[in-house]
Amino acid sequence: MAVIKLERKPLSLAERTYLPQIVGGLKITLKHLLKPTITMQYPEERPAIPAGYRGAPTLVKDPHGREKCVSCQLCEFVCPPRAIRITPGEIAHDSPNAHVEKAPQAFDIDMLRCIYCGLCQEVCPEEAIFLQNVYSTTGYTRDSMVNHKADLYQMGGTLPDEHFKWDKKKEAAEHGGSHHG
Amino acid sequence: MIATPTVDLITVNIDGKDVAVPKGTNVIEAAAKVGVDVPHYCYHPKLTVVGNCRMCLVEMGLPAVDPATKTPVMDPATGKQKINWMPRPVIGCATNASPGLHIRTTTQLVKDCREGVMEFLLVNHPLDCPICDQAGECKLQEQATGYGRGYSRYVEDKNVKPKRTVLGPRVTLDDERCILCSRCIRFSKEVAKDDVLGFIDRGSTSTLTCFPGKQLENNYSLNTVDICPVGALTSTDFRFKMRVWFLKQTNSIDTETSVGANTVVWSREGQIYRITPRQNDEVNDTWMADSGRILYKQVKAEDRLTHTSVAKQAASLAEAITKASELIKANAGAVRLVASGKNTVEEQFLIKHLADSLATKTSLISRVGAGDNILVSKDHNPNVRGALLTGLISELPTAQLTTLSSEIDSGKVKVVISFSEDLTAAGISESQLSKVQVIYIGTHHNKTSGLAAIVIPSLTVFEKSGTFINQQFRIQKFVAAVPGPAGVVDDLVILTHLTSSLHGTTVQLTQAAGLLAQTWTSLSATIPSLAPLSFSTIPDTGLLVDSTAFAKLPFVETETLHFKPVV
Repeated sequence: MAVIKLERKPLSLAERTYLPQIVGGLKITLKHLLKPTITMQYPEERPAIPAGYRGAPTLVKDPHGREKCVSCQLCEFVCPPRAIRITPGEIAHDSPNAHVEKAPQAFDIDMLRCIYCGLCQEVCPEEAIFLQNVYSTTGYTRDSMVNHKADLYQMGGTLPDEHFKWDKKKEAAEHGGSHHG
Repeated sequence: MIATPTVDLITVNIDGKDVAVPKGTNVIEAAAKVGVDVPHYCYHPKLTVVGNCRMCLVEMGLPAVDPATKTPVMDPATGKQKINWMPRPVIGCATNASPGLHIRTTTQLVKDCREGVMEFLLVNHPLDCPICDQAGECKLQEQATGYGRGYSRYVEDKNVKPKRTVLGPRVTLDDERCILCSRCIRFSKEVAKDDVLGFIDRGSTSTLTCFPGKQLENNYSLNTVDICPVGALTSTDFRFKMRVWFLKQTNSIDTETSVGANTVVWSREGQIYRITPRQNDEVNDTWMADSGRILYKQVKAEDRLTHTSVAKQAASLAEAITKASELIKANAGAVRLVASGKNTVEEQFLIKHLADSLATKTSLISRVGAGDNILVSKDHNPNVRGALLTGLISELPTAQLTTLSSEIDSGKVKVVISFSEDLTAAGISESQLSKVQVIYIGTHHNKTSGLAAIVIPSLTVFEKSGTFINQQFRIQKFVAAVPGPAGVVDDLVILTHLTSSLHGTTVQLTQAAGLLAQTWTSLSATIPSLAPLSFSTIPDTGLLVDSTAFAKLPFVETETLHFKPVV
């Protein structure tokens, strides 16, 4: 195998002083020094969440403060990793929402299991469960990774309602329609 | 065996398929034979036909006959007899099969009829499926999907009716959902023989109600909930508890009385939510008593025994078995067994085995109570006949254990083994019990277990598999629906261990399932009338066993549904 020996070129004067390289490096440093910062100071700073983001599932109330979930358990049924667990219950007869009859006694979503697929939101016939903008769920124990009913309503808040289905039903019962007093 | 009566078979044609059915069969049943579904609401095979829901409309035709000569009119195109189709549809439930009857269920007319009926039924239906307990087993849901038009044209306000009418102690009516099929009314009148329900008002304001001053409170009221095709009648106990699609169904047997109604236990993750009847045309049709439906509550009852104890101190099962066998050996000849009519056939067989090896006698305690001549018999023990067949007893049990009582007084008996029986309820006083050593193997706490030297908890009927023999001498099997409490083992395991411990041999802790098959091997080898059977070959609807040997015994049962006592 033939070996070809190459002679290294001798360095020029400018190269031997290293100055052009130092100046070039400083130029890049200075350019970045003056540019606006792109690093986000997480967790003090939080990103803006785009619309339609699928964060943690939450429960929402209607604008009148009624909990929308009627514990039909369809989300529990559809949930692929079985993260949702609902204990159904009856609404007290003296409650202003007694006409809705059913509401969850307990509603737990295990965030260690949740895969953020959004099927629960899709299947909900009452528009009560939404994957909103909660993207960070942390905890020290397995128990703390389970969102209970109160946490879910706190995260979910109130969303506008297009139908007011149950309000209309109550109104119909109060004004006419009822033949048996 | 009673010979099956010969039936007149006639041929009818349903959607082009010929099928032979007994004369008088209605079109819904005949169509079901060839796998054609005729949707219906008001028709129920065990109730009279009223034909008021109109869902089962079909087209009907009869072979053409010349009116003058009475000769068949032939169709030259096919060479067969011509069929005269009626211009209007007829209801399938009230159309009985006649020779040559032709039915069409797939034509446009039938499709339009079904869509029309569904549309009218849904006009005032609230569509509150998310909160309705019937969702998932609702005929209206199923048939709206299968035969409905798919969207609503109704823009007016829906009728509003009462949502929570209490019809009786166990039944709540949601009036808006009612489609006025009248199954519940017919059931109350015809089967429960307690005519309390009726419709009032007219048209779309019609309402189901109880007659004035009456309540739907008979012991069969929950059957109306079962047969309600929609979610109108709801069980107050099961209301809003759990959606049915989560529930696992397990075949079981009602232990309430010797009728042995076939049941389905609905459970989820080891918890039972409800018990409903299972169809067995030889025993309970499709009905069961309300009192049998709450028996699942014994599983999680507060007085349930969950821990093995020796002299009131917690002990392991092995310790308890060793202590028990020591106690029995130390008092050889002075041991008596009190088995139960609630034990399964397999348990009774092993108890017999134990009694034989101890050369002692076994008593059973009878539970005679009120019967209603429908599905509650007078014998409230589900399995007295099992004890007879296994040879555990040869006479019918008595309510008072007088022999045992006198034997305790005379000091002849030192150890009593009770299988879930409270001896204080059978004429043995607490002071008598404290004179002897009691070994209690049972499910629940009672006075006897409180006085027992050794207490071994066992499983309820919902947690084990086995068989009972009902009043007809029909052997019926049930399987475990839910697991038992932690650490509590099957009665068969306890009995096997106790017996082998007495013989000085040790056996491996066997799984109850394997033990059941093993027990059946010796059962069928020992008892001639059970010879061809094994647990797995007993059909779901049970099997009559030979009872000629016991025909002379004065059983307490009186006539009930599908049962006549041998006089």
